[in-house]
Amino acid sequence: MMQFINRYGSEIIYRAIEHLYLVTIAIAIAIALGIPLGILITRKPQFKKTILGFANIMQTIPSLALFGLLIPVPIIGGIGDRTAIIALTMYSLLPIIRNTYTGIIGVDPAIREAGKGMGMTDWQLLFQVEIPLSMGVILAGVRVAAVIAIGLATIAAAIGAGGLGVFIFRGVATVNNQLLFAGAIPAALMALAADFGLGLIEKRLSKSEVKTIN
Amino acid sequence: MPSKNETAVQCFDVTYRLNRRNLVENLNFKVLQGEVLVLLGRSGSGKTTTMKLINNLLTPSSGEITVMGKPTTQWNSIQLRRKIGYVIQEIGLFPHFTVEQNIGLVPKLEGWEGDRIQSRVRQLLELVNLDPQHFAKRYPSQLSGGQRQRVGVARALAADPPVLLMDEPFGALDPITRLELQREFYQLQQQLGKTVILVTHSIQEAFLLASRIGLMQDGRLVELASPDDFMKSQQPEAIAFLECLQLPGTG
Repeated sequence: MMQFINRYGSEIIYRAIEHLYLVTIAIAIAIALGIPLGILITRKPQFKKTILGFANIMQTIPSLALFGLLIPVPIIGGIGDRTAIIALTMYSLLPIIRNTYTGIIGVDPAIREAGKGMGMTDWQLLFQVEIPLSMGVILAGVRVAAVIAIGLATIAAAIGAGGLGVFIFRGVATVNNQLLFAGAIPAALMALAADFGLGLIEKRLSKSEVKTIN
Repeated sequence: MPSKNETAVQCFDVTYRLNRRNLVENLNFKVLQGEVLVLLGRSGSGKTTTMKLINNLLTPSSGEITVMGKPTTQWNSIQLRRKIGYVIQEIGLFPHFTVEQNIGLVPKLEGWEGDRIQSRVRQLLELVNLDPQHFAKRYPSQLSGGQRQRVGVARALAADPPVLLMDEPFGALDPITRLELQREFYQLQQQLGKTVILVTHSIQEAFLLASRIGLMQDGRLVELASPDDFMKSQQPEAIAFLECLQLPGTG
């Protein structure tokens, strides 16, 4: 055991950082795209089907296939980080878009009407009322997306993007369970940590929501 | 101080149609400055729709409404709504705002300075009989129904709007608190001289607060009279409402 850690310890850390890098960038992009898209479909319901439909289809494509399919695509495709990040982003979009939409639609209509009736503009209503009140739900979406992305990112190794999946693939290929665990355990721990950490933030932010129930 | 006989709100033949049904039909009435017009009617008679037409949350399908002499269609909706205090039955206080932030909302939107908002909030809390020291920093969930309703009224008054729209403001309260708040509101109105349009289905409330009562039925204004004249009305719906005033056994 000690021998194994001595031999692979530094590589595990290196791969874990690589893994975290892929996931963080992908989630950041998914947030930057998903939240505005979720807001858009609360304002323009005619786009709801198309946007949610697209995000839905992305999630149904088997992950290994999506990584593979992206390789020959010009500009966004190819071997390496970029392709992996794009695939992970696609997978993360659905929970973020959907939760943003549900969160905002779920704001008490009386509150929205009061705000409007007092002369708030749509932007003011959105930023001062709707988003703060749905923050807990939106964050729950980000949390789900992050946990899924950490798991999926292990496959990124298949297209040469590195990450903890490198150990898993190597372990599978050489029928070496120790190597397999060297990838799987840190990935699982990372997912748990993300779940816990984001859960804490979510709890803190949804405290204000408890106040709606009165 | 605007003169007493000026028109604050006026409806000219207003109809609002939704899905080929007229929710309100051929409304004609005038509300003078400083007057309390109570719109009385059963659920679904078009009272709330009328209110929403006045602050341009809805736009008339035909006819015209003027507020302070200008048709609602020519007002910038946002500007118009900030000049009209709005209280709804569910109150709609923002749960993530403190009492102070809730009341200071419209002044803040209007770009008042922090100090001015703060002193205004204090003044308003005192006006609605809530001790600023105790209540300013609380959240709506930490208030009783009556206290929340008081905050709702204070919020509507915050930017000193000439007109107040109140949609069943005392509806969700127990009868004792309701009477207490109605009395306080009556005095407040006398003191401030605001033009008020208030929607209710309670005839008691109408008699307590109104300078005139407008009775609505199926989207039409079927009676418009001072409380004294309303008492004598022979309109069938008015008679039906007046019967609600009698105590059981005294009829």
